[in-house]
This record gives sequence, C-alpha cells and structure tokens, in this order.
Amino acid sequence: MQNVISGAECPECMAEIYVGDDALVSEIIECTDCRSDLEITSVRPPVLSTAPEVEEDWGE
Amino acid sequence: MDTSPPDLVVLASRVRYEEKRIMAALDRRGSRFTHLDSRSLSVTAATDRYAGRVVLNREVGHYRAWYAAEALEAAGARVVNTAAATHLSGDKWLTSAALLRHGLPTPRTALAMTPEAGLKALAEVGYPAVIKPLVGSWGRLVTRVTDEAMAGAVLEHVAALPSPQSHIVYVQELVPKADRDIRVAVVGGRALGATWRRGEDWRTNVARGAVSEPCHLGPELVRLAVAAAAAVGADIAGVDLIEDGDGRLTVLEVNDRVEFRGFESAHGDIDVAGAIADLLITKAEA
Repeated sequence: MQNVISGAECPECMAEIYVGDDALVSEIIECTDCRSDLEITSVRPPVLSTAPEVEEDWGE
Repeated sequence: MDTSPPDLVVLASRVRYEEKRIMAALDRRGSRFTHLDSRSLSVTAATDRYAGRVVLNREVGHYRAWYAAEALEAAGARVVNTAAATHLSGDKWLTSAALLRHGLPTPRTALAMTPEAGLKALAEVGYPAVIKPLVGSWGRLVTRVTDEAMAGAVLEHVAALPSPQSHIVYVQELVPKADRDIRVAVVGGRALGATWRRGEDWRTNVARGAVSEPCHLGPELVRLAVAAAAAVGADIAGVDLIEDGDGRLTVLEVNDRVEFRGFESAHGDIDVAGAIADLLITKAEA
C-alpha cells in the first residue's frame, strides 16, 4: 500500500489533496473535490498547479 | 560508482498511467533512466549532446513529439518511435498512404485540398462517410456524415477553422460495424495482445469512455497489426482495426505513442509497459 507524503492544496478549490509516496513530477492527478486535472510540479514538498488545457494535437 | 548520465531517457510532459508504468518497469529492471519534461527541452543544432542515448518519446502533443524527435535525432539520439514514424502515424493521410503502399487493407479514403473539393471527394467515397482532421486523436472533431446536405454544413464549419491545415479535408468511408473496433498492441515487431473497444459513442476511443475487453489474437490480426506498425516504421504501436460486415479485417490507424491503460486493465496478464522497457533496454545495449 502506498504511503501518503503529505497534503497539498488544490489551486482551483483549495481542497487538501494527499499525494502518495510514488508520485512523480509532471504526473497528472484529479482533485477529489472539484475534479480539476492537476499537475504535480514538486513532490517534496508536494505542490500542485492546474494541468495544461488539452490541445488540438494531443493524443496517442 | 557509475556517475555517467543514464543512456535511457523518457520524454514526457504529462506523466500519466502509461508513463508511470513504463518508468516503474525500468526501475524494476534496475535500469537507470531520466525523465525529461519535453516542455523544458531545447536542442542546439550540430551538436552530439544526445549521442548514444535512447529516448522513449511519450510526449502527448503530436507536433511537439515530432519536432522533439527530429531535434533529438539530429543531436545523436535514437528515438523510439523514430521521428519519421511519429510524422507518418500522426498524420491520417500519411498513414493511409503508407498502409496502401504496403498492400494493407484500409477503408476507402480521399484527400481534398479545399472544403469545396471535399464534397466531390465524399461523392466518390460514398455515404455514410467520416470527415476527420489530419492530426488529432481521441476522436476529436471526427464527424460522421450521412448525406450531401449534412456534409455541406460540416464542410462550411471546416472552412471557418483558422488553421490552413484544417482546410485539407480527409474523408473516409464509414465501415459498418456493430459498436466496437479492435486495438492490437505491438512492441518490437511482436503483437502482445488484442482488445475489443466497445462504446456507446460510435467513436470507440477509450478517451470517449469506450470499454476494453479481451479479444482473441488470431494469426490474421497478428499479421495485419505487425505489418501496419512496420508500414509506418513504428517499434511501439497501438494498431486499430475493424471488422467489416463480411468479417474482413481492415486497418484504421496506427498510434505511435500508444495509451494502454484500457488494454492492460482488460487483460491483466499482459505487461505492455514491461515489453516497452525491455525493448528500450535492448536498444540501449545494442
């Protein structure tokens, strides 16, 4: 089971989000409260920013 | 202690399920690698800064992925997939042309140089048909048209789009299908497995909520998927196929930075990330 490092704040709704110890920089997670896509910009300490908007040429 | 930079690089601006799984697979194999955020990448021409490096290209944006691969190859890296493969498979017309060049079955397709010429192309392909953007994924802006009046309205919207490339119109016959297509994961010339992708939306992209279910990987599927990946020069590919009304398989597209969350979830015992990690390690050791 993954451990929680510590909480970070959702930049959209200020909810506290717990980031697991397997988190990676640039990882995309979803705010459990407002469902915004968030990007982990730092792991220790965890810092979140709003994820970039999907662009036209994104995909597989 | 080895302090030299790792030979393996994972290039990605978004670390999603797939990138995380690949990095974990490399970790499990004791392979040293760096994650390079493509948003921070710049490459100076005529240098060999990346000589000897093997770069896995997982950048989510097509143009950034393609140009990053071109620049890294110019600086000596071996990029997987190659810049040429990303260029071909990221463009629907170039993919169709490559499939046809290699004698592979693919739906009737036409390319029109203006939205006005698109109507003529649709008349030749026949209705119902699909108008697709040349570049893009996840079924975005893919439009099913059933008659000329509907096509005219869609093409008026196409004409109003700002990008000159948007005015080049790619049209394809709509292959009758139930509600599903087939995704085959190909890594290093080997088909790992197949899934049905079934959805309520007629576009059966997992990004649109389609559900993946295991599909038997028969010899014809293997042959077509491996040949389609090779046709665009992709070492790693998600090949999408469809069965027409007579049960004949036809290749729809080849995805060069394949998403495999639904695939792994459907199968449970097929480790796509592990196969990709093994391929990278083999290339780095070659």
